[in-house]
Amino acid sequence: MKRIPHTARRGAVVGLAIASVALLTACGTSSGSGDSGGDAATELGENEGQVSILAWPGYVEDGTNDPTVDWVTPFVEETGCEVTTKTFGTSDEALNLMKTGDYDVVSASGDATLRLIAGGDVAPVNTELIPNYAGIYDFLKDQPWNSVDGVAYGVPHGYGANLLMYNTEQFPTAPTSWDVVFDKASENAGKVTAYDSPIYIADAAVYLMAHQPDLGIENPYSLDEDQLAAAVDLLKTQRESVGEYWSDYLKEIQAFTTGDSVVGTSWQVIQNVLAGEGAPTDVVLPEEGATGWSDTWMIASEAKNPNCAYAWLDYIASPEANATATAYFGEAPSSDAACDFRDDCEAYHAGDADYASQIWYWTTPIEKCLDGRTDVTCTDYAAWTAAWQEIKG
Amino acid sequence: MTSASVESRPHRSAARAGSAFLTTHPRTRLALLLAAPLFWLVVVYIVALALLLVTAFWSVDSFTGEITTEFTLDNIITVVTGSLYQTVTVRTVGVALAVTIIDVLLALPIAYFMAKVASPRMQRVLVILVLTPLWASYLVKAYAWRSVLSQDGILEWLLAPFGGHTPGYGLPATIITLSYLWLPYVILPIYAGLERVPDSLLEASGDLGGKSWSTLRLVVFPLILPAIIAGTIFSFSLSLGDYITVNIVGGANQMLGNLVYTNVGAANNLPLASAIALIPIVIIFGYLFLVRRTGALDNL
Repeated sequence: MKRIPHTARRGAVVGLAIASVALLTACGTSSGSGDSGGDAATELGENEGQVSILAWPGYVEDGTNDPTVDWVTPFVEETGCEVTTKTFGTSDEALNLMKTGDYDVVSASGDATLRLIAGGDVAPVNTELIPNYAGIYDFLKDQPWNSVDGVAYGVPHGYGANLLMYNTEQFPTAPTSWDVVFDKASENAGKVTAYDSPIYIADAAVYLMAHQPDLGIENPYSLDEDQLAAAVDLLKTQRESVGEYWSDYLKEIQAFTTGDSVVGTSWQVIQNVLAGEGAPTDVVLPEEGATGWSDTWMIASEAKNPNCAYAWLDYIASPEANATATAYFGEAPSSDAACDFRDDCEAYHAGDADYASQIWYWTTPIEKCLDGRTDVTCTDYAAWTAAWQEIKG
Repeated sequence: MTSASVESRPHRSAARAGSAFLTTHPRTRLALLLAAPLFWLVVVYIVALALLLVTAFWSVDSFTGEITTEFTLDNIITVVTGSLYQTVTVRTVGVALAVTIIDVLLALPIAYFMAKVASPRMQRVLVILVLTPLWASYLVKAYAWRSVLSQDGILEWLLAPFGGHTPGYGLPATIITLSYLWLPYVILPIYAGLERVPDSLLEASGDLGGKSWSTLRLVVFPLILPAIIAGTIFSFSLSLGDYITVNIVGGANQMLGNLVYTNVGAANNLPLASAIALIPIVIIFGYLFLVRRTGALDNL
């Protein structure tokens, strides 16, 4: 620990005691590169008048993309915090952008959160300062991807699955399996698309879990070297049929509109835009299951506007705002109360803890196997990144 | 220049005194003249390159993404021995060469017409026309080609009656788009080179019985060779570093620029990205070394 955490004026002694415990813990378990990202705020001050948000596309809409889709203006009117937004296409991009220190708030998926916490880029969040936190589903709180040792690092936003998108002219009957992008990909050679991120390897692993059980994959984010090699082989075969990889969702929308892509992984929000344009596409959750995301709003450890950041976290967790935002993106909201403002909660199985447990939420692969195996070391994210570049060739 | 000296000669202004001082001190004059551009060159250009070189010898903590500043040769070894980097380097050089050859073949007749055939008025119009595409954004032009080359784009519509098809997104699309983007940079040096070839030489060749093809091959070509090479330096080096065009129209293909981009943007591995960025730098230096004797560098 290079920095001694600053303590609030009140309760300085208590703060000092906690800090010294934290210091000892950090020294005792100094496996990572230290720097916990500071302390959570203990009280809020005046709003600063602006807040800078780094978010997935479709998470912070102020009406510029679609005049009828706007949940930022009510926030600005309510709090006086002007919002500037930057969107990102992959978790890696988010991680890299957060390191610039230009953003106060980030919507992070499970494959970024732990890396953000370990890198000291985000601070713990004092959930008592966020009144709407109380209404959030319990099965979303204190999860391995949004808290460390019981300390919350953010507010859950919503969750959903990565879906299979297909062109309805090319596929008159909806595909039921991911095999249309793997074993049968060559039937649409040059028109298959896939998500351009190392985390997509997990999609291949989910497919292998169902189709090659003898590989013994228990968790798609916990692959030993042999299992990773099998997934890489599958993706290299797929690569021969891939027309283009996408990480920019606008590029994917255009490719499906023009017919340059006819089948591939996608998000509900992309389907929503395409349906609005009248493109012949639809999405399906295949029988093998799918990878997915459970996102968390986090605050930068060196946020320039911490009060407006807390105001945003509280606002976006409020039932109406959360319902609007998650409905637009096409994912389940974070609270039961939000379902009062949506009529499609059942379709997303909102609040159904069992269903939520069947989606393989993005998680950062690490050497310690997440499925509990101790006799092998698993491949970490760096290995996945190298493998991904190798697959693309 | 001190205030005391101004006070002692009140009728002499500070500017005049300064001017007089500089006249008698040529070295100071030179230093002042060159300070700003040298600062720019050294700090912004050379230091940035040096930092790039140094970063290539560092590594990254794979979990937190923090850079570890301990010397290691791992990145260089990975880049030199990895089959991925060899494949992508060969592909990138291939695209750059194809773009360069296409551009030179297109630019030669256009530049010849501009310099030797067109009337002076027409000449000016043509120069403006060649320069016009440079006023539009690079991205706009690349995305325009994305829709032209798309499956329901204008190229498919044009070729379908003749049984042809758009090449779709991929390396051919990348080569077409890059050739279009860099064409003005190749035309202009060749045009300038042809302008400098005196008409009297062409007439002399004709008077001595040279056919037009022999005149072109034996008189014009050797004279404008440095200008052609100057043009190829532009198209070759610009193609070598490009990653946006291949991202937009290149389908699933990667070039060296993409590897750098994904290592900076997605993989967050700045040291490896630096090591990869050294590949095009080495290639370009090799190319410049080869062509420096032709005098092409005087034509840039």
